[in-house]
Amino acid sequence: MTAKKVSRYALGLLATAALSGCSGGILDPKGQVGVDEKNLILIATGLMLLVVIPVIFLTLYFAWKYRASNKATEAEYAPEWSHSTKIEAVVWIIPCIIILILGTITWISTHELDPYKPLDHEKDHLEVQVVSLNWKWLFIYPEYNIASVNELVFPAHTPLAFTLTSDSTMNSFFIPQLGSQIYTMAAMKTKLHLIADEPGTFMGFSSNYSGAGFTGMKFDAIALEDDAAFEQWIEQVKQSPNVLSGAEYEALTEASEYHPVTLYSAVKPGLFDDVVMKFMKHHGATPFYHSAEDGHMSHMSHGAEHTDGHGDKHATDSHNNHDVSGE
Amino acid sequence: MLGKLSLDAIPHDPIVIATLIVVAIGGLALAVALTKYQKWMYLWKEWITSVDHKRLGVMYIILALIMMMRGFADAIMMRTQLAAATNGAAGYLPPEHYDQIFTAHGVIMIIFMAMPFMIGLMNIVLPLQIGARDVAFPFLNNLSFWLAASGAILMNVSLGLGEFAKTGWVAYPPLSGLQYSPGVGVDYYIWALQISGIGTTLTGVNFLATVIKMRAPGMSLWDMPIFTWTCTWANVLIVASFPILTAALGLLTLDRYADFHFFTNDLGGNSMMYINLFWAWGHPEVYILVLPAFGIFSEIISTFSRKPLFGHKSMIVASGAISILGFIVWLHHFFTMGSSANVNAFFGVMTMIIAVPTGVKLFNWLFTMYRGRVEFSVPVMWTLGFMVTFSIGGMTGVLLAIPGADYILHNSLFLIAHFHNTIIGGAVFGYLAGFSFWFPKAMGFKLDVKWGKRAFWGWQIGFFFAFMPLYVLGFLGMTRRLNHTDNPDWNIWLYIAAFGAFIIAFGILSQLIQLFVSFKNREQLKDTTGDPWGGRTLEWSTMSPPQFYNFAVEPDGKGVDCFHAAKQNGTAYQRPEKYAPIHMPKNTPDGFLIGMLLTACGFGLIWHIWWLVIVTFIATIAVGIKRCYDNDVDYYVQPEEIEKIEGEHHAALQKQAEMRA
Repeated sequence: MTAKKVSRYALGLLATAALSGCSGGILDPKGQVGVDEKNLILIATGLMLLVVIPVIFLTLYFAWKYRASNKATEAEYAPEWSHSTKIEAVVWIIPCIIILILGTITWISTHELDPYKPLDHEKDHLEVQVVSLNWKWLFIYPEYNIASVNELVFPAHTPLAFTLTSDSTMNSFFIPQLGSQIYTMAAMKTKLHLIADEPGTFMGFSSNYSGAGFTGMKFDAIALEDDAAFEQWIEQVKQSPNVLSGAEYEALTEASEYHPVTLYSAVKPGLFDDVVMKFMKHHGATPFYHSAEDGHMSHMSHGAEHTDGHGDKHATDSHNNHDVSGE
Repeated sequence: MLGKLSLDAIPHDPIVIATLIVVAIGGLALAVALTKYQKWMYLWKEWITSVDHKRLGVMYIILALIMMMRGFADAIMMRTQLAAATNGAAGYLPPEHYDQIFTAHGVIMIIFMAMPFMIGLMNIVLPLQIGARDVAFPFLNNLSFWLAASGAILMNVSLGLGEFAKTGWVAYPPLSGLQYSPGVGVDYYIWALQISGIGTTLTGVNFLATVIKMRAPGMSLWDMPIFTWTCTWANVLIVASFPILTAALGLLTLDRYADFHFFTNDLGGNSMMYINLFWAWGHPEVYILVLPAFGIFSEIISTFSRKPLFGHKSMIVASGAISILGFIVWLHHFFTMGSSANVNAFFGVMTMIIAVPTGVKLFNWLFTMYRGRVEFSVPVMWTLGFMVTFSIGGMTGVLLAIPGADYILHNSLFLIAHFHNTIIGGAVFGYLAGFSFWFPKAMGFKLDVKWGKRAFWGWQIGFFFAFMPLYVLGFLGMTRRLNHTDNPDWNIWLYIAAFGAFIIAFGILSQLIQLFVSFKNREQLKDTTGDPWGGRTLEWSTMSPPQFYNFAVEPDGKGVDCFHAAKQNGTAYQRPEKYAPIHMPKNTPDGFLIGMLLTACGFGLIWHIWWLVIVTFIATIAVGIKRCYDNDVDYYVQPEEIEKIEGEHHAALQKQAEMRA
C-alpha cells in the first residue's frame, strides 16, 4: 500500500467515524436550527483548515528539510536572515483574509441564529415555559394549562417558543439534536426557539453544572407525528389526577434526583411569572403563591426581562427588552 | 474556640485517607532526611528567606511540579471514573467526591500549577535576559512566592480538613452562594485564590518595574529578548486583570460572610455580574499563561535553528495585540446567556481577530526554521509538538468563537478538548520546553536526553489519545461535569480518553525519572561554560548556575540577541581591569512570616475561628510595619569576592576553549 493509499484510507475512516458515529449528537440534527448550526460548523472548519493544514505540513516539512544533519540544505543556511517585508506582509494578510470572511459569516449567522428570534414558519409557535429546579425540569404549556416534569412533548413541524427561568441555580436548557441551548437563571427570563423537522425522541438535559444531582437532570424531548397526536397527548395529560397547585409546586422545588416523569392536568394560573417574581420579595414575606398582588413589581432585577404578569406571548420584536446580559 | 471546626471535618473516604497517609509518610521522611543531613538551616538561610530571583524561580517550579502531580491525580480519577461509570453504572466516585475533584483539578492546574510554572521560569530567566542583578523589589518577590505557597497550602488542607468547593473551578453563584453551598468548600476556594492572587498581582507590578527600570545599559525596549517581551505583556495583563478577580472574590466573600446580596437570587442580587467579572479576569488569564510560552518557543526555535527569530518586531506587536484583544472578548464564555445578537456577534468577531496575531506567530516560527540548521533537541521537540497541536486547538477555539456554533458546543466535551488543546499543547508544552532549555542555567547541569524524549512522546501521544475523543464526545452531545453516563455510543471514546490519560502518566513519570537520572549523572551532564546550547541572549553569558549577583559588570545590552553578537565580534567574556562593589539585597524571613500568618488567617476565616483571624491579621500588619522600618536590608559584595568567583568562571571558559582547540 502506498503512502497515498494509507492516508486516503485513514481519512475515509476518520470521516466515517466522525459522521456515522455521531448519531444522536449535534452532527445528526433533526431540526432546522440544528441543521443550520451544523452547516455553520462544517463551513467554518473547512475555511480554517485552508490555513491550518498548510501550517502543520510546513512545520514538519521545514523542520525536516532544514535539520542540522541535512547536507543538502547546508548551502542555503542564512545565519543572520530574520526579516523580509514581503513574507511579513503575506503572513499578516492571509490570516486577515480568512478572519474577514469568517467574521462576516459570524456576524450574519449570529443574527440569523439568535435564539430569541422566532422561527420563520407558517404555523404559530407552541409556547412552552421552562423552569429548572434542583434537579429536574418543569415544562408548563400555558395555552393548554397543563404541565410535565422531565418530559417535553410537542408536535414535529411546529416551531417552539420557550420562555425559561430557574428556581434554583443556573442551568442550561439543551436538546443537542434540535440546536441551540440557553441558560436558565432565577428572577430572569430567557428565550429560545427550536423546531423538530421529524418525529422522534431526543435527549435533553442541563448543560450547565448545577450541583450534586446535575447528572440526572435530563429529560426526553418527544416530537410527535403531527398535531393530532399532540392533541391526543394533551387529552391524556388532562386525565392525570395531578394538579400543579402552589403547594404542589412548593413540594416540587425540594431537591430530588432522577425525578420520575410526572404529568399535571392543571396548573395554577400565572405560576411561571410567580416563579420569576418570587425573588423580588423581601426577606420574611409570605410565600409567593399566597400573595401574588402585593408589591409585585417593586423590586425588579436589573436587566432581567419582566412581564406584566400574564406572559408576553409575542414580545420578541425588539432586542431592547430581552437582552438579559448585554446591558 | 474552633469555630465550625470539629472532628467531623476529617473525611472518611478511603481514597482521601490513603492519600493523607502517603503525604504524611512522605512529609515525615523529608523531615527526617533534613534532620539527619542537618539541612534545616541550609533550607532556611539559602531558600526560604532568599530574595534571589533564581532561587525563588526554582521554588516556584518545585511548587508547580508538586501541584502538577496532585492535579494530575485528580485527572486520572476523573477519567477512570467516567470510563467505569458507563451504561448507568455509578462508578467509584459519588458526586459528593467527584464534584470536588473536578473543581480542584481546574483550580490547581490553572492557579497552582500553570501560574507558578510560568512565574518560576520568568523569575529565573527574565532578570538575566535584561542583564539585571535582581528584580526591582526583591523582598516583594519573596513575599509573592510565599503568598502563592500560602494559597496552595490552604487548597491542600481542604483535602484533610473539611471539603473543597463543589462548584466547578469558576464557582458561579448562586451555586457558590451560601444557600446552595453552605459548607466550607467555597471558602477554601475563595481564600486560596484570594491570597495567591494578591501574590500574582505583586509579581506583575514587580516585573513590570524591573523591565522598565533595570535593563542593561544600551538595551532599548525593542531590543529586549522575546521571552522578556511576552512576559512583559503577560504582566501588563496580570496588573490589569487580577484586581478584577480580587474584587469579584471580595464581593462573593461579602455575600457569604456578611449577608450581602451581590450575587444571590433574591434581594436584587444578580449572578450575571459575577460571571462577567470572573471572565473579565479569566479570559486575560489564559493569555497570561500562554504568552510567556510563546516567548519560550521563540527563544528555542531561534537558538536551535542557529538563526535570529524571524520578525522580532512583528512578534512583539503580535503579542501586544493578543494582550489588548484578550481583554475585550470575555463574553464569549457565555454566549448562551441571552445577550442580543449584536453583543454576541461583536464578542465573537473580536475573539476570532485574535487568530490573526497568533497565526502570524506560527508563520514567524516557521520562517525562523527556514534556511536554518534545526537541531532536534528536547526543547525543539516540544516546540514542534506545540506548533502541530496548538494549530488544532486554535482552530477549534475560533470555531467556538462563532456564537452560532457555540450555541451547540458550549459546555460540551468539545470545549474541554479545546481548552486542554491550547493549555496543554500551548502553555504546558511551553513550560516543559523552557524547563529543559533553562534547566542547565538554573541548576548547572543538563537534563538527560533519552528520558526527556520519552517524556515528550508520552505527553504528545497521550494528549491525542486523551483529548481527541473528547472532541468526538462533544459532537455526540456529551456535556461536561457529568458524574456517570448512560449512552452506549459514548463508551468507546471514554475508554480511549482514559487510556490516553495513562500515556500522559507515562510522560510525567519519564519526567521524574529524567530528573533522577540527570541528578545522578550530574557530573557528566555538567554545564561548565554557562552557554550549553550556543545561546543568543544575556542569560547564557553568565555561569550555570549564575553567580548570585548575576553579572560582575553590567553587560552591554544593545541590539537584539546581543550576546550572540558579542560572541561573533569577540567582545564576549571580557574581564575588566578591576571590579566595583555590587549592591545586593539581604535575605529576610519577613515574606515567609507574612505568608504563613496569612495561611493561618485564611484558615481561621474558612472555619470562622475569629480569634485566630484577628491575631494573625494584626501580626501580619506588625511584620509589615517592622519590615518598613528595617534599614538593614542591603549590603555590598566586595571586589575581592567578585574577583575570586569570576576567576573560577573564566578559568573554566579558558579550559573549554583549549579543549575545543
